[in-house]
Amino acid sequence: MARLLGIDVGSTTVKVVAIDEEGKILYKSYVRHFARVKETVIAELKNVLEKFPGSYSASITGSAGLGLSQRSGVAFVQEVQAAFTAIRKYYPDADAAVELGGEDAKIIFITGGTEQRMNGSCAGGTGAFIDQMATLLDISVDEMDKLSLSAERIYPIASRCGVFAKSDIQPLINQGAKKSDIAASIFQAVVDQTVSGLAQGRRIKGKVLFLGGPLHFIKGLGIAFKRTLNLDDEHAIFPEDAPCFMAIGCALHSVTVKEEELGSIISRIENAAGSDEIITGEPLFRDKREYTDFVARHRAKNLEFCEIEKYTGGAYLGIDSGSTTTKIILITPDCRILYSHYQSNNGQPLDIVIEKLTKVLSKFGDRIKILGSATTGYGEDLIKAAIKADFGIVETVAHFKAAMHFNPDVDFIIDIGGQDIKCFKIKNGAIDSIMLNEACSSGCGSFIQTFAKAMGMEIGEFAQKGLYAPHPVELGSRCTVFMNSAVKQAQKEGASVEDISAGLSSSIVKNAIYKVIRAASADELGDNIVVQGGTFLNDAVLRAFEKETGKQVIRPGIAGLMGAFGAALYAKENISGESKTITLEEFKNFSYKSMATNCHGCTSNCNINIITFSDGRKLVSGNKCERGAGLKPAGDELDIYAYKQKRLIECVKGTKGAKGRVGLPLQLGMYEQLPIWAGFFETLGFEVVLSDKSTRQLYFLGQHTVASDTACYPAKLMHGHIESLLNKGVDFIFLPCESYNIDEHCSVNHYNCPIVAYYPELLKANNERLNDDNFIMPYIDLNAAPSTVEKLYHTFRKYGIKKGDIKRALKEGFARLDAYHRDVAAKGDYILKRAEDLGKQAIVLAGRPYHLDPEINHGINKLLTSLGMAVLSEDAVYAKGNLVKVNVLNQWTYHARLYRAADFCAHNDNVNLVQLVSFGCGLDAITTDEVRAILEKNGKLYTQIKIDEINNLGVVKIRLRSMLAAIEEAGRKKA
Amino acid sequence: MEEIRTTDYTDDYPRWKEEYKSTYKILIPDMLPWHFAIIEGLLRQEGYDVEILKNSSRTVIDEGLKHVHNDTCYPCLCVVGQYIDALKSGKYDLDHTAVLISQSGGGCRASNYIPLIRKALKREFPQVPVISLNFSGLEKDSSFKIGAKLLLKLAYAVFYGDTLMWCYNQTRPYEVTPGDSDRARDELVREITDSFRGKRYKKFDEINSLIIDRFASVERKKERKVKVGIVGEIYVKYAYLGNNHLEQFLLSEDCEPVVPALMDFLLYCIVNNINDGYYYGRKGLVWRIYKLVYRIIHGKQKRVIKLFEKEGSFEPVHDFEHLRRCADKVINQGVKMGEGWLIPAEMAALAETGVENIVCAQPFGCLPNHIAGKGVIRTLKSLYKDENVVAVDYDPSATKVNQENRIKLMLATARENLAAKENK
Repeated sequence: MARLLGIDVGSTTVKVVAIDEEGKILYKSYVRHFARVKETVIAELKNVLEKFPGSYSASITGSAGLGLSQRSGVAFVQEVQAAFTAIRKYYPDADAAVELGGEDAKIIFITGGTEQRMNGSCAGGTGAFIDQMATLLDISVDEMDKLSLSAERIYPIASRCGVFAKSDIQPLINQGAKKSDIAASIFQAVVDQTVSGLAQGRRIKGKVLFLGGPLHFIKGLGIAFKRTLNLDDEHAIFPEDAPCFMAIGCALHSVTVKEEELGSIISRIENAAGSDEIITGEPLFRDKREYTDFVARHRAKNLEFCEIEKYTGGAYLGIDSGSTTTKIILITPDCRILYSHYQSNNGQPLDIVIEKLTKVLSKFGDRIKILGSATTGYGEDLIKAAIKADFGIVETVAHFKAAMHFNPDVDFIIDIGGQDIKCFKIKNGAIDSIMLNEACSSGCGSFIQTFAKAMGMEIGEFAQKGLYAPHPVELGSRCTVFMNSAVKQAQKEGASVEDISAGLSSSIVKNAIYKVIRAASADELGDNIVVQGGTFLNDAVLRAFEKETGKQVIRPGIAGLMGAFGAALYAKENISGESKTITLEEFKNFSYKSMATNCHGCTSNCNINIITFSDGRKLVSGNKCERGAGLKPAGDELDIYAYKQKRLIECVKGTKGAKGRVGLPLQLGMYEQLPIWAGFFETLGFEVVLSDKSTRQLYFLGQHTVASDTACYPAKLMHGHIESLLNKGVDFIFLPCESYNIDEHCSVNHYNCPIVAYYPELLKANNERLNDDNFIMPYIDLNAAPSTVEKLYHTFRKYGIKKGDIKRALKEGFARLDAYHRDVAAKGDYILKRAEDLGKQAIVLAGRPYHLDPEINHGINKLLTSLGMAVLSEDAVYAKGNLVKVNVLNQWTYHARLYRAADFCAHNDNVNLVQLVSFGCGLDAITTDEVRAILEKNGKLYTQIKIDEINNLGVVKIRLRSMLAAIEEAGRKKA
Repeated sequence: MEEIRTTDYTDDYPRWKEEYKSTYKILIPDMLPWHFAIIEGLLRQEGYDVEILKNSSRTVIDEGLKHVHNDTCYPCLCVVGQYIDALKSGKYDLDHTAVLISQSGGGCRASNYIPLIRKALKREFPQVPVISLNFSGLEKDSSFKIGAKLLLKLAYAVFYGDTLMWCYNQTRPYEVTPGDSDRARDELVREITDSFRGKRYKKFDEINSLIIDRFASVERKKERKVKVGIVGEIYVKYAYLGNNHLEQFLLSEDCEPVVPALMDFLLYCIVNNINDGYYYGRKGLVWRIYKLVYRIIHGKQKRVIKLFEKEGSFEPVHDFEHLRRCADKVINQGVKMGEGWLIPAEMAALAETGVENIVCAQPFGCLPNHIAGKGVIRTLKSLYKDENVVAVDYDPSATKVNQENRIKLMLATARENLAAKENK
């Protein structure tokens, strides 16, 4: 047997292992490659050559190794296969293995049917994700690991992909949650992601191996896995060679490969050609001259400075506490800058504000008097409370104010910040439509930042590198996870850092234009464009934007400070009387304490954070309703969601039945049809048992049976509902398959969506506890009574039920459904009337029947009532709208309601529509554009909220408040 | 009941009129290159100036991204991208060009391609009509009129295309002289297309035998290769633009791609209408016609299978009744949106004919495929021990390396299974 060599080229690291003739490991190494794949591999191989020259049988493995293998002619082995080879040699008694790499997660089931799984393209990274989170917390991964060991609590963090998780973590940081708790929660999220994304109906049990770099180096991650999978030390194996395990397997797999002198292997890799497979674009700048002209043009637009040392008089303070950065500005009444500060908030925005303000006040406080102050951004409430600011305004309004200052004719503003993209169109001097990036396409600035760090550079330096890149790489315009793998591919193909940098800048711009704004052409953006946000401070991004739109835009010199500047302007325009802003005196005794806890105001048990200031004031954050803040909640009198939640359950009368207990899972279609089936079964003499309320815990209960991790959250929750009913010991669960929904005569056909129609099939196929006896899912069409009766008769004949009984029971079911619909419509009328009497805005929170579920809508209805609005639903109002003809094929029952509800809003002044869309709902890609068109053709604002597992309402709140501001502005214009 | 008023929010669009036939060029997106080559030929014979679009550069995808909602499925994006890219190329007289797309009318969002294409074309090419090819009475004012005779011809073309594809895929990986299979295929495409000029195309047995015999005459190596079935959403299953040249990739990996027949999809659509009658009592005149049509087509399919068996060189195409029985083992035939029960049926039928390795191709976020694709893998595994399925998502930004890596994982297992079988 020859010596064996295994080279594992991952997304972030290179692992090399050499094994001698006896099977002893001669050499092993694990190094980060910083995108210099080829160079790193060669350097490592030269180390081997120096210490152990000779000939080897060599193979390459790993996600980034494929291209290298193809071009160098060195054999390739798929990485899971490599791991499998090593497992069989060293751990023949293992039952399963979990391997986390830079960006891949894999599970190998060994016993009970061998199976090898990799994460799908959406499931995001793991190692790279942890790196990204560490950057966010401004600590090293090591520190994060240590911190996690002393965690006291776990916060729920969306586990689907990095971008989602980030939107959960950021607010926690901003609210001052403990880093140790966040660290542990991040690890838990990775575990949940692996378990739900990969296990897909199979339990990970027995003796489990944990492989790959992250699992080896991060103890906290291992602990989270052990806890979640219920493994003791004997069953959770963390091999010493875990990081290089694939490389070892790869080496072992090489036995079939022909031996070759190591020197010649190295030269083959050295001579491996670059490939023409990557797609490249035009350079951002052709030459230096073009760049200097560009810089000069943009430098012309800026605010004047005023030397703070010499200034005496009044000033306005604006603070923008963003997701990743904190911005402070102090301006004179004639809008000159006295002081500004822009800093990554390192997870401690309040500390930065206090430090900087104290410094400024103590130096110049005797000469400069603060006349007014305002805060904005994610941390608006916290900073406002801490410094007793006069105003807190929603960030969109702040940005608009600031942009107006630079160009009063501005008709389009785009702000790319650290974590989000905000765009708004301005019409008639008011914000007309707002587009925020949905959780899926976030990333933006902080993505480049993380990437720069991975390359060992600062963001500015990294972006600058792209300016003259000759062939910027085409990286696509989707979520950052996709970009990650596109970058990986480009690296694999040998693209330079410069080309990747330029490519990333273009990607971010394309993401904004085609994904967030969804412009068909640049003309749609308007003529007077102002760009802002820290990300645009990078000339490469700005240039990419101008190139893509074909327009010259305004980037104020203070592009990164526009939110703060807008806040200061707002304070200047709106202050009356003395400012209450904190004084230097008060600062001297200022301190605060932060405490995480659960609110016990209701059964939701929201995670909340209580910040106590030294003067005794308290600030509660993370609460979804006023109750959490210790206030009396706005009543739910004008909230149809609250009404429906109660009324729907009342459709179950609760009669004890002699025939048995039937379980109805309250999710998806059952949210509409519960009245039918409750009536049906109770009439037949069954006791109706409902599944438990949707919660994250319930979701986790069924997580292991989720077959497709990109299905919508309501569908994924269904798995938990099934488990909950099984645990209640019902005789059987009933969930019909219905291609056709009930025909409400407002569309050309009346389908259900494929998920609602056939999800029972998936549930049954992927839950080993379900069988033909305890899970009943007849195919029925409720519009066709004879076939439905026939089908149900055959289904329940064994209970001695006759056809006549079925007919009677269905009749009762439909009677309950009609009564429910009538009551909902009547309540809708009442709310409309009351709202009008009270002069309140009414919002139709429009979605699908199952958006009624508080775990799915995340309490957005309560948020609306707390903002002083009345809340309606699409099913309460659609019958008041006209029938509509739309451009698309109107063939789904629930969609038809949406269109009519939109038509109703279009014709009623005080009623606006907010559309709830579940992430992953392919059909809503069609409805949203149509609903928007109906509203906009009637001069109404369209607001869409994408919802998923994300439990954080921060972004939603911004959107709703911006909408309110726009509605008010429009109202003022009219008056 | 009080009358409910109707608000019309539709935008106007150009309609296709039959009289345009003589003056218009009709662009059709490619899906199955050889089927479509035959269809292109026969439509030209009928006097339609059609062109199958072959453009597949990156700009196609970019145009797609720009013109349709990014969450819309990938096939729609590819098709729109092809149209826009072609219309922008300057090769066509825009005032005399129309685009054609088929429309199934099921509960899947694919039924909405027509309005989405109209919306995409509206801004830059407002004069270009979108023609719907459907059999459900949709888009009456702008659909492609097909007489009984043309319909018959199309059906024959699909049959011949299937036989051709089926034989080719079983020949090409094993050919002794490189290029033999391609030559045979090209000759046959020409000959079949010519047959539609006269009445020869109706000689069903003769032409099918011609295809089978011609491929059987190609000298082939007697070795066993890993066979990989391709199933999934209709477009990404067949179209190289949609699946990143999956068939070629499998050939380059020394595998035999097994691509189920297009006629099976058409039969699937017909059977869904028949099932609606049995399931929900939707039995009318149309239902009886569907039943009749099904009987005729299935009879023809059985003829083809007989011819395959008689010749003996190749595995015959699937019998659709067998596919239905296969479906029943896995999922209910009531799952009829998108490709619905056809996907598990094909996966099971493939497994039963010795093709256990399968790529299940779907557009990212395809709703029916959550259930009929990924959702049934567990059931299939319990039915067929060696079933080795990889579900691959296709998407404008999903990288090739990611997809190929996953397919390679499936192939590694496949090779091991094959080696184990040969050692037995």
